[in-house]
Amino acid sequence: MLDTEMVSGSLTHCGPSCDYLVLIAAVPMVAAGVIAFLKQPRRKTAAALSIGSLSFSLLLSLIAFTRVLVDWIHGVATHSVFNFTWFQAGTAHVDLGWVLDPLSAVMLVMVSFVGLLIFIYSTGYMKDDENYTRFFCFLSLFAGAMLGVVIANSILLLFMCWELVGLTSYLLIGFWFQKPAAAAAAKKAFLTTRIGDVFFLLGMVWLFSQTGTLLFYNHGAGSMEVAALAGLLAQPAAWGLTAAGAIGLLIFAGAAGKSGQFPLHVWLPDAMEGPTPVSALIHAATMVAAGVYLIARVYPLMAAGMPTGGTTTALTVVTWVGAFTAVFAALIAVAQNDIKRILAYSTVSQLGYMMAGLGMGGVAVGMFHLITHAFFKALLFLGAGSVIHGCHGEQDIRKMGGLKSDMPLTFLTYSIGMLALCGFPLVFSGFWSKDGILEAAQHWSVAKAPFYMLVFGALLTAFYMTRQVAYVFFGVWRGGKPAHESPKVMTAPLGILAFFAMALGLIGTPAWPWFRSFLDGRAAAFDWHGFMEPGLGTLMLASSVIVIFGWWLSWKIYGDRSPQPMEPDPLEKAAPMAWGWLRDRLYVDELYSATVIAFYGWWARVTDWLDRRVWGGAVAGVAGSFALWARLNRFLDANVVDGGFDNGCAGLAGGGGLLARVQSGRVQSYLRIMALGVVALVVILIWSSRP
Amino acid sequence: MTSLAYYLLVAALLFSIGLAGALVRRNAILVLIGIELMLNAANLNLIAFWRYGPHPERLTGMIFAIFSIAVAAAEAAVGLGLVIQIHRHAKTTDLDAMNRMKG
Repeated sequence: MLDTEMVSGSLTHCGPSCDYLVLIAAVPMVAAGVIAFLKQPRRKTAAALSIGSLSFSLLLSLIAFTRVLVDWIHGVATHSVFNFTWFQAGTAHVDLGWVLDPLSAVMLVMVSFVGLLIFIYSTGYMKDDENYTRFFCFLSLFAGAMLGVVIANSILLLFMCWELVGLTSYLLIGFWFQKPAAAAAAKKAFLTTRIGDVFFLLGMVWLFSQTGTLLFYNHGAGSMEVAALAGLLAQPAAWGLTAAGAIGLLIFAGAAGKSGQFPLHVWLPDAMEGPTPVSALIHAATMVAAGVYLIARVYPLMAAGMPTGGTTTALTVVTWVGAFTAVFAALIAVAQNDIKRILAYSTVSQLGYMMAGLGMGGVAVGMFHLITHAFFKALLFLGAGSVIHGCHGEQDIRKMGGLKSDMPLTFLTYSIGMLALCGFPLVFSGFWSKDGILEAAQHWSVAKAPFYMLVFGALLTAFYMTRQVAYVFFGVWRGGKPAHESPKVMTAPLGILAFFAMALGLIGTPAWPWFRSFLDGRAAAFDWHGFMEPGLGTLMLASSVIVIFGWWLSWKIYGDRSPQPMEPDPLEKAAPMAWGWLRDRLYVDELYSATVIAFYGWWARVTDWLDRRVWGGAVAGVAGSFALWARLNRFLDANVVDGGFDNGCAGLAGGGGLLARVQSGRVQSYLRIMALGVVALVVILIWSSRP
Repeated sequence: MTSLAYYLLVAALLFSIGLAGALVRRNAILVLIGIELMLNAANLNLIAFWRYGPHPERLTGMIFAIFSIAVAAAEAAVGLGLVIQIHRHAKTTDLDAMNRMKG
């Protein structure tokens, strides 16, 4: 597949050389199927199957990635697809397929690598759970489905895997379904994401009806290629949107549901009821990033008709929603006390950054933050899991403290993750990826507000992460039983993730924007002058100052103290009302309870009443009238029909008896009657012939 | 020449004797004899009406009577046969005892 000519964005049909891509998704799914049939005590087999199948996927992903890398070094932007027709109805083809391009290659490696680490970590974390095999079954199914989303070249295949991912998310959030909170959270996650998915489905159907193809790329005939996009742009929809813009917005609604964007973010913090490895894998690193990945995948559609230096309606919406979510969730995270809930809101906030990055800076900016975030957020969640494990299931940060000496390895890795998330300058990946987004925001042509929102969000991020670390690792121990360090099988993945949380930044610095060039299919040159771009230095300096300011402020408030567990937060004392709003998550859940849920409750009561009274009454009326009719029939049967028949029979029998008496057997009496008859006849004859 | 009325009178007398015999006797053979008498009264009537009718030369009455006698002979044969069979079977010729065909 090494074309010698320099082609950018050209499409090759990979044939047998990328058939194997499907195995990346299929092997974990098959493993999940096999594990589903294992008995509960076969724990080792289940874990081995899961980890083995995902290792295989990682190997294949690395092979695919290497191929893309080699092509890239040769100056060819790999863009291989493998398409086939699933079935045909009339003239409509339903096509499936998979695609290998830099975007999917990077994502494949990230998902399978982070997934594998979390699988290994889970063998330690879930050690005492009796449903260990079930857990690995679901994890494997999730990994397969997620990898399916990544390789999909058909929006239908993507949607199917997308729904499978939603299903496994539901199953894993509700893994401890004995806890009512977990069962409720699972249901909430499923229903909330379903709202987005309905829009996604509408967008998909619309796209299919307009372009007649489900494939993204198909040698010029796919829906993300020039011909189809031109057709979509020419097609007006409502409110001054083109069909491309409207479909883009519908698909974005689906992505917003999955990626926890405002106002569909409510499920994600509740999803923390699941086991912590699940929170790390699904609700921080991979699944929630699926929405961002989806937008990156359909970016040609979102950006269709974009004027030079301008933007499109769809991308503007993506940007505003992302920026708003970033600040909104960061604000809430400041006032949370559950270690995982803080991270959950931080995830929502960071997903907002990714969306805003996609909206303003394009695929490379958003995806870079997605990849770095996946590593450091998985690290943070696994670290939080380690802390929870070490504190015997305690999740309230007010009841922890001083863990830096009890859990040194966890402390070290957690600090790295925290610094990466805050975007601490230079050596942490989050700094570079967040700076990429801020830089794009600075140059955004439509408005400057998102830039300031994102900068404020960065300040808040530094603030709440420092608060959390101060509460958990500094001060004195405020819990019950002393904490202990977690086993090697849990700390080792932490170490590996911590390494990547730092090192990954190197592939996206302004001096060597390898990641962006790789995704765009351009050659990357190392050039110190990248830092010399106008405004960049100022921006980097400003963002560093902001992060350090947030850090310092938070440390000033929370650092050198050892508060009692139930002592109110210093900020609560300063501004009790605002704190209450933030602690109660700005009342979005309450808003939903008061509007949507109240309406559904009312509607359910109305339909229940209708069911009982109106429809039930109608049914009962019909049934009653039939019963009445049957009673009447029975009466008629018993008295009229039966009576008539019986009486008729009795009459016939009586008549028979009477006639039988006439036939006496005495011949002479017959003769006598005959004679009488003759006499009578004669008399009549004579009588009548009388003149 | 004797008038038709005398013949009819004789025939009626004969019929009445036959009818009386058939009705009052218990013995099956005597009842049969009564029936024969009645038949012959009828035959007498046939002959009489033929002789005094409009076409005495056509022999119609005679033929009618001969048919009637043949039928009466056959009937008497069947009747007597039945009586003999019943007598063999039930050792009686009393008609009142032969009532097994009552309804």
